Amino acid sequence: MIRTLKALPTLLRIGVAETVAYRAEFLVWILTMTQPLIMLGLWTYVTRDGAFRGMTSEDFTAYYLANLIVRQLTGNWVAWQLMEDIRLGTMSMRLLRPIHPFYAYAASHVAAIPFRTVVALPLAIILLASSGAHALTHDPVQIAAFVPSLVLAWLITFAVMFALGSLAFFLTQTNALSEVYFALFQIFSGYMLPLAIMPRPIAVIADWLPFKYTLAVPLAILTTQLDGHELGALLARQGAWTAAMLVLAIGVWRLGVRRFEAVGG
Amino acid sequence: MTRYLRLFGVQLRVSVAQAMAYRANFLVSGAMALAQIALTLVPLIVLFDQREQVGDWTAPDMLVVIAYFIGVKAVLEGVVSPSIQDLVQRIRDGSFDYVLLKPVDAQAMISASRYEPWNVFDFVGAIAIAIYAFVRRGSAPGPAEIAAGLGLFVAGVLAMYSLWVTCAAAAFWIGRLDNLQWLLGAIFDTARWPVQVFRGAWRIVFTFLIPVAIMTTFPAMALLGRLDVETALATIGGALVMLALSRLVWRAAIRNYTSASS
Repeated sequence: MIRTLKALPTLLRIGVAETVAYRAEFLVWILTMTQPLIMLGLWTYVTRDGAFRGMTSEDFTAYYLANLIVRQLTGNWVAWQLMEDIRLGTMSMRLLRPIHPFYAYAASHVAAIPFRTVVALPLAIILLASSGAHALTHDPVQIAAFVPSLVLAWLITFAVMFALGSLAFFLTQTNALSEVYFALFQIFSGYMLPLAIMPRPIAVIADWLPFKYTLAVPLAILTTQLDGHELGALLARQGAWTAAMLVLAIGVWRLGVRRFEAVGG
Repeated sequence: MTRYLRLFGVQLRVSVAQAMAYRANFLVSGAMALAQIALTLVPLIVLFDQREQVGDWTAPDMLVVIAYFIGVKAVLEGVVSPSIQDLVQRIRDGSFDYVLLKPVDAQAMISASRYEPWNVFDFVGAIAIAIYAFVRRGSAPGPAEIAAGLGLFVAGVLAMYSLWVTCAAAAFWIGRLDNLQWLLGAIFDTARWPVQVFRGAWRIVFTFLIPVAIMTTFPAMALLGRLDVETALATIGGALVMLALSRLVWRAAIRNYTSASS
């Protein structure tokens, strides 16, 4: 553990260097996240003549812009990285290092956060300047709670993607699985549509799945009025899911890494 | 001309054989294609559960736009995208030399070099959605509308193809742009709604920079019998202009090609 902490500054430096070296690709990855804007286009058009299921045009603007910000800050492609490293055999190099690859991958993604903030910041300014600003919460407690909620969302997303990537130890090719995950994510996390306007059954199912804790929960903290009890319950459940997903990620990794045969590399 | 048709036929046969070799993967991809279509429809199901009409678009009319979106996307992901990926790779490793040496036009050769046949599932899905939309509408399109709808579908595909070729030509200068197609794909995603949805600044961006309207909205309106003749002709004209421009860019780019192999 101490060894990992000592290596952390170096790992972060490597992460920054990686992001800078592949800046064009990094930028394109970020620019591909346009779906919330396309959805925003539809819903502002729909709400021109009145609210939709209680959501006004301002609500939708706030929701989708905040959605884009949260997704920018928490999204990652570690599942894809893991799969490539396993498939091409470059994982053996990572396994030789005295640091668990979980930390190594995590550090490289943490190092990208400042760059992601550079993208998220203008979005936040647009949000505050837009009509959506009225729909944001004014409660200082909620604004403060947004930060830990965002951190937990990041951890859940990272752990799930890590578990998904680790499945490549068993399956080699996990792209199809990632596609299935993203399809479920779009529906149950509130990424495609706010869960509030989704049909009742979907919102109920979403309560019992991890997806909404990666997106809809931080969004709810930022864009709706919650009382202290509700806020506490949301954060507690988010914390529980974080623990569960971290255990899952490490578990799948442990089972999988035994089977690793270093193909190619 | 027959030589080109024979060439495309051979390339198609090879791709189908390759795809069918992994039968399980073929079927899974087919299932995923159907799931993707369902996912595309979710916002409309939610929307029209509450509203009869949005602007001057009813549910069936909007379904026709989605059908065109899925249809053009099937061509994009089935033919254009894989071929362009192939092109970028060939430019990087120098095997584009062999394409230039062949006694056919390099652009034609490369434009249909690789297919992903399971996108046929998407195409069938698109037709099914369009048929369902017209059943809901309670009126079948007349022969004139069908002809216009099919003609403008071709125009839409050509417009989309031109945009992709133009961007792919950039690979001759930059060399490495693996994820460019993801970016173009993300932009093309806007074509799922009628262009009238995007207002103000949005509209300017989407109508002029990315001819989304030519790709899906106008063809759908033609099939619905809502498009006047002038706009229809302008759509075809626009697609042809884009095609000519892409050809010019391609020619300029290919002159710039220096083999990477030796």
